[in-house]
Amino acid sequence: MALAELCGLDTQFKFNLRKNVIPMEEDIAQYTGNLYNSSQLAVPPYMNPAESLAAIQQDELGNNIRMHFDHGTTTLGFRYQGGVLLAVDSRATGGSYIGSSDVKKIIELNDYLLATMAGGAADCVYWDRVLAKHCRLYELRNRERISIAAASKLMSNMVYNYKGMGLSIGMMITGWDKRGSSLYYMDSEGTRTKGDCFSVGSGSVHAFGVLDSGYHWDLTNDEAYDLGRRSIYHATYRDVASGGMIRVYHVTEKGWTSISVDDCSELHYKYEDERKPKS
Amino acid sequence: MAMIEPFAGHTPVQAQRFSPYSDNGGTIVAIAGEDFAVIGSDTRLTVGYSINTREQSKLFRLSDKTVLGSCGCWCDVLTLTRVLNARLQMYNHEHQKEMNTPAVAQLLSTMLYYKRFFPYYVSNLLAGLDADGKGAVYHYDPVGHYERNQYYAGGSSSALLQPFLDNQVGMKNMNGAVPEAITRERAVAIVKDAFISAAEREIHTGDAIIINIIDKTGVKEERFSLRKD
Repeated sequence: MALAELCGLDTQFKFNLRKNVIPMEEDIAQYTGNLYNSSQLAVPPYMNPAESLAAIQQDELGNNIRMHFDHGTTTLGFRYQGGVLLAVDSRATGGSYIGSSDVKKIIELNDYLLATMAGGAADCVYWDRVLAKHCRLYELRNRERISIAAASKLMSNMVYNYKGMGLSIGMMITGWDKRGSSLYYMDSEGTRTKGDCFSVGSGSVHAFGVLDSGYHWDLTNDEAYDLGRRSIYHATYRDVASGGMIRVYHVTEKGWTSISVDDCSELHYKYEDERKPKS
Repeated sequence: MAMIEPFAGHTPVQAQRFSPYSDNGGTIVAIAGEDFAVIGSDTRLTVGYSINTREQSKLFRLSDKTVLGSCGCWCDVLTLTRVLNARLQMYNHEHQKEMNTPAVAQLLSTMLYYKRFFPYYVSNLLAGLDADGKGAVYHYDPVGHYERNQYYAGGSSSALLQPFLDNQVGMKNMNGAVPEAITRERAVAIVKDAFISAAEREIHTGDAIIINIIDKTGVKEERFSLRKD
């Protein structure tokens, strides 16, 4: 035994490989822990990060350190006879600064699964990527696609581990599985519900106003596309944190298709012309 | 009975704040062309109203095809770039090739998100050539949300310069204007003009610019002086 130790021969098999790496790699691994386990984020040097992070945003001279994360804004989705329709805007704001007007707020998890994002953009995109990985692994293990119910529950359970730490996610997960189409809403507080008609984000109140007035199960595809697009347009018109391009996606038994990408300001003039009395 | 007197002139003990962040200023601008990318940073490093140095480049050459521009809290920049460089080196040894720009972009995003609850206070712009040899610019928020763009301004003058780029490069909201492919000379000229304007109106940006031009032959560096006041 002593000889083995002297020679540096490790007789105990360690399952935790990271214990065996050289010191430099151990150091680097400590700064990139989520590359080994994607659900494992760095522990902050304080309790209650949701409040503490806001409290330390001042430097030693008392100047404010403004840290603005990109935020997503108006999204909607509904089920109808032709499948599921999703429509979203594309504005990302950091404080009152428009960080981008071309964000893809519909995330393509795989050919049959879509997620929309509202809330913290990084939170949504990061966890969607982790979810996409888990869905793919499920597919390889079970030789069939994951159900929408299972995918949304995976997502919900993953982010629930971080509840109260300041994550901000409001998303819809939708797609087509062996039970047909389904639409789930879930958020970082732990809510997860199945439904036929949702809208999420700061512009959702305005979108709902238009959506509810035109929604019914028997919409044709073209009517559904127009309703979704119109609802988001009206949200971009009234909500300062929504705008940019309006994207519409349609989910059928063949998977999702991207229907259209329109500039809000072009839609504005189009809808304005429609309202003018015809003489 | 003796009274214990308080020490003369002694101020009461005050709670010290935990203030791990500081804003060291700096601006980065990047423009992508058809087969090249240009990225520039100023060289001024400040703390509050003081200038610490006038010759600190904020560009980090990650490979022959990728350059990272990083500014904000300088200590976070140093840690982030140190770890990123180590990661890229590990990748080189493991795969016997350099990581391509879109992969570096995703790696950086994941690394930023790792510190979601105690973020790096850093503005990042990544410029380079993608797998098809096309110019690419990626910009990041502090916790790793990223997006590919044709051009972007980050750092203390971002709100000053982005509208300028939207107008001159993106030709945004101009009736009938079609954004044309930008030439290398024009991209470099726009980067210089942008920094001249920033140095004119923003105190944390100035002194000089370091410009990196990335194309299939590698990375070329250029230096250009700005106002020193």
